[in-house]
Amino acid sequence: MKKVIEAENLVKKFGDFTAVDNITFQVNEGEIFGFLGANGAGKTTAMRMLCGLSKPTSGEGRVAGYDIGKEAEKVKANIGYMSQKFSLYNDLKVWENIRLFGGIYGMGSDEIKEKTDELLKRLNFENEKNTMVKSLPLGWKQKLAFSVSIFHNPKIVFLDEPTGGVDPATRRQFWELIYEATDRGITVFVTTHYMDEAEYCDRVSIMVDGRIDALESPMKLRETYDAKNMDEVFYQLARTAKRNGG
Amino acid sequence: MKQFLAFVRKEIYHIMRDVRTIMILLGIPVIQIILFGFAISTEVRNAEIAIYDPSNDAATRRIAEQIETSSYFNIVKYISSPKEIDQLFKKGEVSIVLVFADRFREKMLHTGKGEIQIIADASDPNNATSLTNYLRGIIGVYQQELMKEQKVPYQITSEVKLLYNPQMKGAYNFVPGVLGMILMLICAMMTSIAVVREKEMGTMEVLLVSPMKPLLIIIAKAVPYFLLSCINLTTVLLLSVFVLDVPVAGSLFWLITVSLVFIFVSLSLGLLVSTITESQMIAMLISGMVFMLPVVLLSGMMFPVENMPDFLQWISLAIPARWYIAAVKDIMIKGLGFEGIVKELVILSGMIVFLLAVSLKKFKSRLE
Repeated sequence: MKKVIEAENLVKKFGDFTAVDNITFQVNEGEIFGFLGANGAGKTTAMRMLCGLSKPTSGEGRVAGYDIGKEAEKVKANIGYMSQKFSLYNDLKVWENIRLFGGIYGMGSDEIKEKTDELLKRLNFENEKNTMVKSLPLGWKQKLAFSVSIFHNPKIVFLDEPTGGVDPATRRQFWELIYEATDRGITVFVTTHYMDEAEYCDRVSIMVDGRIDALESPMKLRETYDAKNMDEVFYQLARTAKRNGG
Repeated sequence: MKQFLAFVRKEIYHIMRDVRTIMILLGIPVIQIILFGFAISTEVRNAEIAIYDPSNDAATRRIAEQIETSSYFNIVKYISSPKEIDQLFKKGEVSIVLVFADRFREKMLHTGKGEIQIIADASDPNNATSLTNYLRGIIGVYQQELMKEQKVPYQITSEVKLLYNPQMKGAYNFVPGVLGMILMLICAMMTSIAVVREKEMGTMEVLLVSPMKPLLIIIAKAVPYFLLSCINLTTVLLLSVFVLDVPVAGSLFWLITVSLVFIFVSLSLGLLVSTITESQMIAMLISGMVFMLPVVLLSGMMFPVENMPDFLQWISLAIPARWYIAAVKDIMIKGLGFEGIVKELVILSGMIVFLLAVSLKKFKSRLE
């Protein structure tokens, strides 16, 4: 199977502190990859390296076929990103937000126009085209933010705790969008604190103290750790952590 | 380029949609110019004066008459006893009192010495100084009149000539100061806040992950504020020429050039602030306290730099607005051209290079 993310012995140090300690893993094309870990385990740092935002201290990584150290620009052009913090502009209308991000990723205005209508139709947002984003409910915003992050058809989309603060029903709907995206061939790399969401992933990695201590499908993980659910698996691993969360 | 334009458009929307802020930004220069031009004026007009005139002779009446007809003073009272003076000041009814000696004219004609006392309320020292100067001026005029009549052969008359601003118009001083303040406010403060806001909102993260170059993001943010500054520059100049009657005596071309240079200095300052701060609050405090206050106090806008203690003068050397205000005064009021502002231009350009170098370095190291 084609690998879209390959990390090999990635290390990131800040002074004496080793935030990411020699991690190696691959992500297959079209899969949903859950990237778990307690606060302070090094998830965000690892993700920033994969997105080309920060250079690894040592080790190598390829994302969408490009080297994360040397070809950060090309990596950026081929990925989408959505963070837990809100990533749309509140004082822009729905369609203006879409147009902006389309424009930033270098899409032509005709293409943007066409795809905007298509997108709004799919989300049942047609009536909200001219609404200011700030007056949308949070769940809608998150859905819209996700749709915008894959608007330019990236190979991979990175989701950093995308469903923080959203109610369970909306989270379900959000995951339906994620499945739709994988149907279109987009690989999803997602971090989350909700263990029920971890169950939705094809494979899950769990980071402890900067290392990846487990990497398997949720089912296999449950077997290995003799646990009823992912919650227990996570707890057993996170318990071994020596770093404080933060 | 298309990316860049898409981004500039977004920035313009941000500003235009925030109606209150845009009104403030466009309104401030107008209000300040009008305030400084008319209300906060150092010129004296219709100051209340009381006169104690125990002699009440031809000479004192003539002086009083001249005071009355001048536009500087308004005689509110002739008092009958020196005891009243203290009370008048305490009640705040007058700001200056003129006291004649008794038998003023008689003594003057016999001894050649007319005795006068001027008592001024010096709780506002600047005002007191100018009032006494005006009053002495009026008395001086009368003295000359007397001397003409008596044909005294040798007289020494000292003449004070006021250069560049013969009517001592306050506006001449304030227009350059207001320009410096407004441009600093909009460029440094607003730009830094706009950049930091994205950090606070979390949208900066999304932008950095996009293929857009970080430097381009910052430049795109500065563009609308640059345009706003140009609008403000035009407003202030138009107001000062047509409303305050302050002409642009020198070259308009160099006035605009030096203003653009100053705008770039302020933008680079704003950029520097945005790279070292994480919250809008701190960005605002830094711009307000570290930038605006020195512009008002140390740039020579309100208080002459030459009168400051040495160490404040040294500090003022590092304040861009000081050089800008000096250059604007040279061009607008003294009517100098390029040769008059070479020094200022060089210093301001040096500041741009320095500030940009520092902030780019900071900016890059943050991304590592």
